[in-house]
This record gives sequence, C-alpha cells and structure tokens, in this order.
Amino acid sequence: MRVRFRFSKLGKVRFTSHRDVARLWERALRRAQLPVASTEGFAPRPKVHFGLALPTGYESLAEYLDVDLREPEAVSLDIDTLPEQLTPLLPEGISVDAADVVDPKAPSLQEAVTACEWRIEVPGLAIEAARREVERLLAAPTLPVVRQRKGKEVHDDIRPYLWELVVAGPIAAAEPGTELRAVFGTQPRGLRPAELLAAFEPPVIQARVCRLHQWITLGNTRREPLSAAAARAEHAEARA
Amino acid sequence: MNSIWPQLENLLAKVQKPARYIGLEDGSVRPDHDPRKVSWLLTYPDTYEIGLPNQGLQILYEILNERPDALAERTYAPWEDLESELRAHGLPLFSIENHLPASAFDVLAFNLSAELVYTNVLNLIDLAGIPVRSAERRPEHPLVLAGGHCTYNPEPLADFLDAVVLGDGEEVVGEITEVVAEWKASGRSEGSRLHLLRELAKVPGVYVPSLYEVTYDGPRLVAVTPRFPGVPELVEKRTISDLASWPYPKRQLVPLTEVVHDRLNVEVFRGCTRGCRFCQAGMITRPVRERPAEQVRTMVRDGLRRTGYDEVALTSLSTADFSSIDEVVAGIIEEQPNCNPVSVSLPSLRVDAFTVQIASEIQKARRTGLTFAPEAGTWRLRKVINKLIREEDLYGAVESAYSQGWRRMKLYFLTGLPTETDADTLGIAELARNCIEIGRRYHGSPSITVSVGGFVPKPFTPFQWFGQNTVAELNRKIGLLRDALRKDRAVQLKWHDPKASLVEGIASRGDRRIGAVIEEVWRKGGTFQEWSEKFDYSMWIDAMSMHGLDVDWYVHRHRTEDEVFPWDHLSAGLHKDFLWQDWRDALAEVGLPDCRWTPCYDCGACTGYGLEHIVASTTPPAGGSQGTGQDLRRGSEAPVLLRGAR
Repeated sequence: MRVRFRFSKLGKVRFTSHRDVARLWERALRRAQLPVASTEGFAPRPKVHFGLALPTGYESLAEYLDVDLREPEAVSLDIDTLPEQLTPLLPEGISVDAADVVDPKAPSLQEAVTACEWRIEVPGLAIEAARREVERLLAAPTLPVVRQRKGKEVHDDIRPYLWELVVAGPIAAAEPGTELRAVFGTQPRGLRPAELLAAFEPPVIQARVCRLHQWITLGNTRREPLSAAAARAEHAEARA
Repeated sequence: MNSIWPQLENLLAKVQKPARYIGLEDGSVRPDHDPRKVSWLLTYPDTYEIGLPNQGLQILYEILNERPDALAERTYAPWEDLESELRAHGLPLFSIENHLPASAFDVLAFNLSAELVYTNVLNLIDLAGIPVRSAERRPEHPLVLAGGHCTYNPEPLADFLDAVVLGDGEEVVGEITEVVAEWKASGRSEGSRLHLLRELAKVPGVYVPSLYEVTYDGPRLVAVTPRFPGVPELVEKRTISDLASWPYPKRQLVPLTEVVHDRLNVEVFRGCTRGCRFCQAGMITRPVRERPAEQVRTMVRDGLRRTGYDEVALTSLSTADFSSIDEVVAGIIEEQPNCNPVSVSLPSLRVDAFTVQIASEIQKARRTGLTFAPEAGTWRLRKVINKLIREEDLYGAVESAYSQGWRRMKLYFLTGLPTETDADTLGIAELARNCIEIGRRYHGSPSITVSVGGFVPKPFTPFQWFGQNTVAELNRKIGLLRDALRKDRAVQLKWHDPKASLVEGIASRGDRRIGAVIEEVWRKGGTFQEWSEKFDYSMWIDAMSMHGLDVDWYVHRHRTEDEVFPWDHLSAGLHKDFLWQDWRDALAEVGLPDCRWTPCYDCGACTGYGLEHIVASTTPPAGGSQGTGQDLRRGSEAPVLLRGAR
C-alpha cells in the first residue's frame, strides 16, 4: 500500500538539505512504528520515495513523499490521523498537512509532476524595475545559460521552462522589495529559481523563495499530486 | 541581548551545509535566559559534524539545563566560509539554540579532545569578542573554561583559559555554577575577576593557571607553584564514583544533518584497567565504573524508541570487557521490533574469536566493517606496550570473522613505539599477509586495510618519558611497510601524516612557553589544523623557531627520572613512581595483567580517592580479558591454522 504525504518546510529548518529531510523522515517513520516496507538484501532500506528535490534554503508549502507500507498490517491504519501523528515526530518547521492512499502503479512523483509554482521575494528590487525585467524575460525567444553539470559546462536554454512569471506586489517586510510568482516546468529537467534570478539584469543574488505548489498537468487542467479530497488539512498557504 | 538570527539567515544562504548552524535537534532545548541563572555556552572547537556527537558535552548540557540556577546552550566552530561572513558583517560567535552572541553568556566552556584544535580555541574566543589572553579579560567578559582529556596537560593553553576542569564533569559543573552565581550576584564589579578565580581554585578538580608561578632553569622546568595561599599545590581530578547515578544523556541529541557516529550511544562503563601503556584515556579515567546491565538495557530501549535510530553503539574504552556484555546484547536482540531491525556496534572490539562471535550476533540488521587494534606487529613489542594480544587471538578473531561472512577488515597499528625495531615494523606487514592468507580459505578476494599512526607520548602514561620518533624516522618506517606491502594488492596501507604527529607532540607535552606558538599560528590563520587539507606544518616549525623553542627538546628528547613535567602539579590519581616502574617494565618487556581480575598493583587511581572498581562480575568476562588468565608464554606462536599455508 502506498501512502502519499504532503508536508511544508518553513523557517529555520529550510536550511536542511533534501538528503537531511529524507533521513528525518526515516527516523520519524520508525518512531511512529509504521509498518514501512523495506528493500531486500544485506542492507535493507525503507521504501520511501521523494519527489523533486527542494534546494537547501528554500521554504515550501508543497513537499511530497510516498511511503510503501506492508500489508496486511497497514490495512488497519487510519490514514487520516497520520499527519497529526507524524508532525510532532519531525523537527519544528516541518508539518505534515495531508495524506492519502495512491495507486502504487501510478507514475512516481518525479515523473508525474510537470510544474512547480514559486513565490520569490526579492528585497531591494523596485516594483517598476521588476516589471521591466519580467517583461523582457518573457519576451525573450531564448534565455541561454551556462550550467555546471558533473564538472562540465553545459549550455542550456531555460526559456522553455519559464511558464509563468508575474510581479505580485511589494514584499511583506520592513524593507522595500518585490514579490514575484513563477511557474516553472520540471520536465525533462527543472529550473531553479536561483537560475532565473541570475538571468535578471542586474542578476539577483539574494531572495527568499518558497515552493507553493507542485502541479500535475494534463492538457489544460492542473491538479495537485494529492486529490482535493485528500487535502483534508487546509492548505497551509494562509499560515505562511 | 538579542538573537542575531535575522542577520545570520541571510549569510546562511551563502555557506556550505547551513543546517549545522540552526539547532532544532530533537533533545535540544531553548532555555529562557534569566539574570539569576548562570548561562553556559558549551563549545566544541571543531565543526558541528565532529562535535555534535560528543557525549561529554551532551551530558553536561542536560545536567546544567536540569538545574534551576543554570542554563546551557551549544556552539561549534563555524567552518571558514561562515567565519569570514561573520567577521565581514561584524557578527560574533553565536549559540545555535537561541542564536545569541557568545559574549551574552557567563561561561564559555570548551571541550578539549585533541591537541590540534588548540588554535581553534583561540579563534573561537576571539570570534566571541573576548580577549584571547586571560590576563586582558574584564568583568564583562565571560569566564573561559575547558574540560576533556587534553586538560591533563593544559599548560600550552594556560595563558588563554581562565580555569580548567580535570576529570568527570558531572558534579563539578554544579559547583562551578554556584561560584559563578555569587560573582554575578556581586555585580561583577571592577577587579572581581581575580576574586572569582581564587574562589574557583578552591573547588576540587578546578585548576586556575594564572594563580601559579612557573620557574625555569634555562629550558628546564623547575616548578609550578601557587602564587596565593589557599590555592592547592596539587590539583586532583574529579571522579564520579557510580555511573548508575548519572544515566545521561537521557535525551541524546538527534541532529538534523549528517554527523560522525550518527547513532544512539550508550556508555556502558568508564575507565579501563587493561593498562595499555600508550593509551592516555585508559590511564586517566581509572577506576573502572560499570553501568548496571539493567540500566544499559533501559537506556537502549528508551533511546531507540525516542530517537528513531536503528543503530546503537555500546561505548567504553573496551566494550567486550563489560562484564554483562552477553546479557545486554541478548536483551537488545530479543526486544527489537521485527519491523525495525536494530544493529549494535561495539566501537572498541577486543581481538579474539569470542568478540567476533558477539559482533556477528548483533549485526544481523546491517553489517558494518570490523576493526581490530593489535597496535604493534610483534608479540615482543606488544608486551612492551602491554597490549597482550597473542598471535593466536588475532588469527582466531580474523578466521572467525572471515568464516562468518566478513570480507574486509581494518587493523590499527602504531609506529614509533618505544624499543621498536625494523623487525617489529615489518611484523605489521607479516600479520596483514597472514590475515589475507586465512581469508583466502573463505573468499576469493579478502581485503585488509592496515592503518598506521605515528605514536605521540602523552602525559600521565608510562611513555611520558619517551622521546617521540622524528618525522624522518616515522616516514622511514612507513616506507619500509610500503615496500613490504607493495606487491600485496589485498592489503591497503593507510597512514597518518607524521608531521601532524609532530605538532601533536609539541602540544601534548609542551609547557606554557608553547602558548606563544599556538597564538602565532592562530594569528597567521592556522585554524582547523586537524583537517589534513588545512594543516600547515611549516607554520608551526617557523613559530617554534621564532619564539626560540627547540622542537627536538620538546618532542624527541627522552626524559629522565628527575624530569619535572609541566603537569606535575596536576593529578590523575596515578602515582608517578607507579608510572616510572611501568616504564621500566615496558623496557624490560614485562606485561602487566588487567587489575580488575588480578590483585591490585597500587597505581593510585582507586586508593587515592577511596574508590574501587565497580565491576558486576569477579571473574573475567567470557573469552577472557587479554592478559588475564591466558598463557602468555605462547604469545608469539602462530596457531595451527596458519602452518599449512606457509
């Protein structure tokens, strides 16, 4: 039986890495004594599948992971209570917001998610300047960048991944700045908010970034990796 | 006293592994600061990954936070990327719980586990905004303390530390808290620091270096004597008599990010009476105090449940010698829930087949590598160092391991030991080759990693009189081994940098004059010297000559019986004449059995403090403690199993 969880990662804990979060979850699942299935062999590992990695330092309201549970032990579990059971076993700032059973034969999170929606707060960037840059970037036919991959320089065009980019308004902080909203495609590979910010003129170095949604898009419709019915906990956006 | 988090979080976005600086570990607390409470900042002078698992620091963290009159937070050495950001932005060293500046605490307390961190200590004091020299500190500055094994010779750091604690910290931190509380209540007025230091010197186990006068005759140390009445001539270490009264840590810290020894750790006993003559830890932590088996089981059970770890280490200086090892291990295996198999690791394995049997029983879940420490290549030299492992024991252990599925093993050795000849050094290669020979009977491609470290003589050991081998001599010996093992592809040879051993030697037996060298190296940017990529040998050698200090005299010189050591005014309980006799016995190749199961030979560790070894069993543990009840005349005989192969 495969259970999909949605969780948020806010505050100081945003400085943990994707790998750190994976290990935190493994320990939390053991502490909750859930019947997590494990791999065979000399060094069995719990069968836990994470979605798209969140860069270290970014917050998120929409992280997902799939956990395979052993049947028949898992059948008697009350899936609805798992979020409230697991949240106290995770560090402050990580909150499990929803859980539901998903089809284990369905595409994995990494394959299924096609886009991510981001909130990007840039202190010191004036609204007008931000509008001009957004317009320029969206009008550009290509946005060539040089990325480092496996120690090699790779030339890439990030324009195809830039689906949406808007100026949302001033940031909610004492200092002036601009809040951007963006939707980036994730297939075949993702675009990091930092890469887009580096394409600004002048490049933006410092920003506070939060992943708001991961989307599965089918034609013109987009949905979250957990069905609406499963998202029993109110979406945490209001809290952020 | 405000949190620096708002400024810090912008910097954390730019540095490597920022999770090291955020706190939030399960088991950590965010204490409320209150002027009536004495606030401690417990500091590990190396990175978070190395420092977080330190059990001593975690024990004191809990004990202090349980007290109504104290609170404790932690900090670790920020890596150089964050340090330069902090300095560029005018930000200080900070606690990782409340992110408060270090100078907001009453006490900055260092754990000193290794000599090569000394420059980090200075760097952290400076980053805290505190004058590095104790004499320049004013009433508003925190008290700078240190504890841990290196404090048995604190003289190289004497100018930088206000006070030093010898021995177990469990009780003494409370007594220090009370003295500091009075200082706080008095308003920390101008000139009050000296009064505070003199009060601290009255606490047993606390050494205040600035209250002592040092006299030299040329290079020779003549005496270290109290400058004031009421300051003890000899500072005795602290020893808790019963480990059962101190079941700490109760809530071991569970880090959010990867650290060394990332597992549950339960201390099963403190102290060791094996009497390995090179081992400072074994000498200074006597007597042996075992934790009751039932308490170990409870701590393991509760700890696993609370932390979610799937691995527990039973820690001590020689865990297979724990008299209840069978019972405890069986209990852990029996109790583990079948959905979450738990593996048990014994970080200090004894070298015999019995121990391997235990290891195989307890590592059903996940098998880690096996490491044995014969320490020397021949039986003769093992008698000199009193590591009484017979050839038969070693090959029996290795055969047992290979036959039970292990394919690779690690063997630890020291080189540069007293009386070592080239035959002893080459004995290491011989042992390794024999181990591979045994392994071939069970596997197509067995492998052995031989790890060789240069021996550094330590205070309060029988080898404190021995002149350390030079870098050239250690390199020559490593070269012999490399040549001898060049053709054996199944044996991988690793070695510790002899130059790092030399610098460790300078600090290990150095006196107060070495302080200037440490300060010099620190001022030139020499931090994180225990990290091989940051270690700078020439900086140390240059600093020694700049201050007119002779490396040969400090490191390579054999000491004579009348030598006054820089630590002679401190006591680990051991009689100096016992250590001298043990040094003579070493040179005469005479082994000394484990005193847990043989009559007392009056080293001083028990009698001086009215203590006894607390051991649950009056008979040696199953398998025998090495050197106790075994026929040592046959120590160098290779067992039958090898004869066919030769």
